[in-house]
Amino acid sequence: MPYFSHALDLLLGDTGWGRNLLFGLLRTIEIALGAYSLGLLIGLVGAYGKLYVGGAVGNFFILYTTLVRAVPELILILMLYYAGTDLLNQFLIWTGYGRVDINGLAAGVLVLGLVQGAYSTEVLRGAIQAVPQGQIEAGRAYGMHPLLLLRRITLPAMLPHAIPGLGNLWLTATKDTTLLAVVGFSELALETRQAAGVTKAYFAFFSAAGALYYAISILSILAIGKIDRWARRGTDVQKARVQ
Amino acid sequence: MNPIGNSLAPFQRRRPISWQQASAVFAVLLLVVLAVFFLRWEWVPSYAGLFAQGLYCTILLLAVSCVAGFALAVPIALAIASGPLLVSAPAKAFCSVIRGTPFLIQLWLVYYGLGSLFPLFPELRTTALWPYLREAMPYAIIALTINFAGYEAEVMRGAFTSVDRGQLEAARAFGMNRRTAFRRIWFPLAFYRALPTLTGETVLQLKSTPLVATISVLDVFAASSRVRQETYLTYEPLLVVAAVYVCITGAIVFISRKLESRLPTRIG
Repeated sequence: MPYFSHALDLLLGDTGWGRNLLFGLLRTIEIALGAYSLGLLIGLVGAYGKLYVGGAVGNFFILYTTLVRAVPELILILMLYYAGTDLLNQFLIWTGYGRVDINGLAAGVLVLGLVQGAYSTEVLRGAIQAVPQGQIEAGRAYGMHPLLLLRRITLPAMLPHAIPGLGNLWLTATKDTTLLAVVGFSELALETRQAAGVTKAYFAFFSAAGALYYAISILSILAIGKIDRWARRGTDVQKARVQ
Repeated sequence: MNPIGNSLAPFQRRRPISWQQASAVFAVLLLVVLAVFFLRWEWVPSYAGLFAQGLYCTILLLAVSCVAGFALAVPIALAIASGPLLVSAPAKAFCSVIRGTPFLIQLWLVYYGLGSLFPLFPELRTTALWPYLREAMPYAIIALTINFAGYEAEVMRGAFTSVDRGQLEAARAFGMNRRTAFRRIWFPLAFYRALPTLTGETVLQLKSTPLVATISVLDVFAASSRVRQETYLTYEPLLVVAAVYVCITGAIVFISRKLESRLPTRIG
């Protein structure tokens, strides 16, 4: 198998590209973690906005979640990336600071986070609605502050309902990081493409990248299963089916 | 979606829209008017043909990959749901790998990876297949089809196993053989149940089609990229292409609503 041993040497040899791939993997995980956390934050605010705040705020979140879920992520990323940097620079020029170059990592996290936020909003809204109304009313009757109510009652009670959706969202987040390769961020997919382009061992390198992504997915599914078991403790919610 | 909403709808009095809805409609109209007046649209006539060509390509990719992917998904789902271990284990592995890796990597593996293996088989160049192997479109269709099959097999597996066993036993008791029972009972029941999910999956599939632009297929997104490169306009082509995808999504949802309303909703 000369092809196979040659490919292995390109990946793992002293002058191999394995280091670049691992660097890309690190960037991918960083972006996914950042975007997912930002998405959760937006999702919590969005779910409360849709459920409890009507009027302009509620309508804004309805428009946001509908548009983000109807337009391909790739186009959203391009739009948010160009429009975001453009608007920021115009604002900075207007205030007299001059142009800045946006940090690639920050822009990627922000853009993917906004996309994730729309899906998180829907997952969390459904989960909050699944909490028996009496529990939240009981909390209110005890005179809890809304934030205390959120921390002590709503969040823990909705968690088992939210874990399947949130778990799937995490898996989507890790896979959606590849879209940033199209905009030119160096994460795992782009590093792989560059390595493959230089060495011409396309099949070997894309297989290796696929294996790395698959490893993230498998480890994530195991972890989500553990988190699900922990979140369901003491409840009669059914076991999550992730993926 | 309210489960009884559809059946009650004709008897309900039409409500006038609330002021929130009116203000939302007004805001959207205002944005459209602003976009028409403050952005530049003089490129539209010269690129309309390119967009139409791209739109045709996107819809073709979506239709072919969804139909072929679903046709592939049904036997895989059956293999997982009721096959012996020798068949179900590879089918499960296929689903897991397809769903556990990003579509972009699958697409690039199929296009660049397979392409880079061809020099190992020089005799391929003389076959009748070679002209097709040099195009990007077949690779895009193959990658999209395989991807759709992986996701849909999981959906159909769930649908097949959720069909009440009594229905199948009744079919056998009526003297249907396995094939007839599948065609008349098992598959229709599973398909009705999976239809709302399949709609969502079709929209997701639509949203992964623009990635084929990275392997030089000229779809509607690639058309907008070309406008961006040639006219140096950032927002206008992206807004047009986003509107196109929203319209296709709306059409998919509309068609599937029509389809769902034709099906009996209360089965068993």
